[in-house]
Amino acid sequence: MSDQYPDGLLYHPEHDWAKLDGDIATFGITWYAQDALGEVVFYDPPEVGAQVSKDQPYTEIESVKAVSDVFAPLSGEITEANAALGDSPEAINSDPYGAGWLVKVKLSDPSEAESLMDAAAYQKMIEEG
Amino acid sequence: MATAASLKRTSLYELHREAGAKLVPFAGWEMPVEYDGIRPEHLAVRTHAGIFDVSHMGEVETEGPGALAFLQHVLSNDVASIEIGGAQYSCLTNEDGGVIDDLFTYRLGDDRYLTVTNAANHGTDLEWLGRHTRGFDIAVRDVADRYAMFAVQGPHARRIVAETLNIELPARMHVLVVRIGDRPALVCGTGYTGEDGVELLIDPEIAPPIWTELVDAGVVPCGLGARDTLRLEVCFHLHGQDLTPDRTPIEAGLGWCCKEDTGFIGSEAIAAVRAAGPAERLVPFTIEGRGIPRPGNEVLKDGERVGVVTSGTFSPSLEVGIGMAYVAAELTEPGTELEIDVRGRRRPAKVGSKPLYKKEKA
Repeated sequence: MSDQYPDGLLYHPEHDWAKLDGDIATFGITWYAQDALGEVVFYDPPEVGAQVSKDQPYTEIESVKAVSDVFAPLSGEITEANAALGDSPEAINSDPYGAGWLVKVKLSDPSEAESLMDAAAYQKMIEEG
Repeated sequence: MATAASLKRTSLYELHREAGAKLVPFAGWEMPVEYDGIRPEHLAVRTHAGIFDVSHMGEVETEGPGALAFLQHVLSNDVASIEIGGAQYSCLTNEDGGVIDDLFTYRLGDDRYLTVTNAANHGTDLEWLGRHTRGFDIAVRDVADRYAMFAVQGPHARRIVAETLNIELPARMHVLVVRIGDRPALVCGTGYTGEDGVELLIDPEIAPPIWTELVDAGVVPCGLGARDTLRLEVCFHLHGQDLTPDRTPIEAGLGWCCKEDTGFIGSEAIAAVRAAGPAERLVPFTIEGRGIPRPGNEVLKDGERVGVVTSGTFSPSLEVGIGMAYVAAELTEPGTELEIDVRGRRRPAKVGSKPLYKKEKA
């Protein structure tokens, strides 16, 4: 299961992940989230410079059957958005922790990370439904 | 939402689970929405053959010397024109001409008809029919539990069904009683995808092995997700979205299945709307560029609200957002430019003509 939920990432209960690098974090959605959504067909990257707040939606991902809000696992300002996903949103399905990353954020309060789960805790949450 | 425990399951539930289907609540049933993904399932039906479990749909049998007169009284189409072994699409309408349900009726004998209902409306339909039987020498029976129902659809569907099950198939818009194994079954030359194919009504007990035989013969299991994208590409209506008790068939573009001369319930209201012309009509449209329309999105013209989207999705065949919307009658000409408000973003759209997906002639 380590492919589905890699160690070294932090997980949010709304099925988002964050990877910390100092006060910059990369966000994306988890394997579970992309599987539940089904094949992603549209994604409009959010604006660089936009503020995101922990537990609040900051962008949308659209599959054939539905549109889903994506929740910020941490707060801060978007410094980079994965523009390549505009043309190849399928990377969110095929490589949710790699090419399917969504944004990089300069964190306003890195201590928020303490409330997130590690891979084992997230996997346990999913298994317990 | 109904809890999982209260949801009904079709006779194929275990097979769906084993196949890894995503199961979701739908009209009180726990149904597969997709197996390998909506897009590959959709394209399998367009290019090869797919099989859908639609056992959640209801069946009502009308039998007796007054069967024709009764159905003529409640259904919008001319039931007298169905010969034995024939099939017909029609609306069940209320006194105001609003659409209670849209359904296929198959004539099985001199005085015997089978009508297939939408799962969400089955109870309402039965209640409505029951309320109008007075004076007719008939029995109206809920026979939903007697049938599992599969739709096998796609350019190769008929050939595979005929060869695999070793049965004769009816022509399009016809029905045949056959034997599959030792059980009687109905094969209907109808569908909801815009492809050739059949619908099978069979004993739920033999449904799982029949399903497995067809899948082993190369027919791709498809969920309700692909069923929705397929039907919307060819502009077939979905009751509850494109059809409602508040809209007449005329507004929905279903005037062709209303024969007001037969005097069915709602025929006067429908004749009046037909004569005056409705204020709004259902039109198919295509998004120009990015964005996927969804039911409830507003339709704009020059910034003014002129309608509402009732069905919208991403079209796997056309690879754009498509939908149907009720718009002001003067804006229904194909090519008319509109905007769809997709969650705050205005997406340019163009009125299309039916069907949006046009099959290439071989």
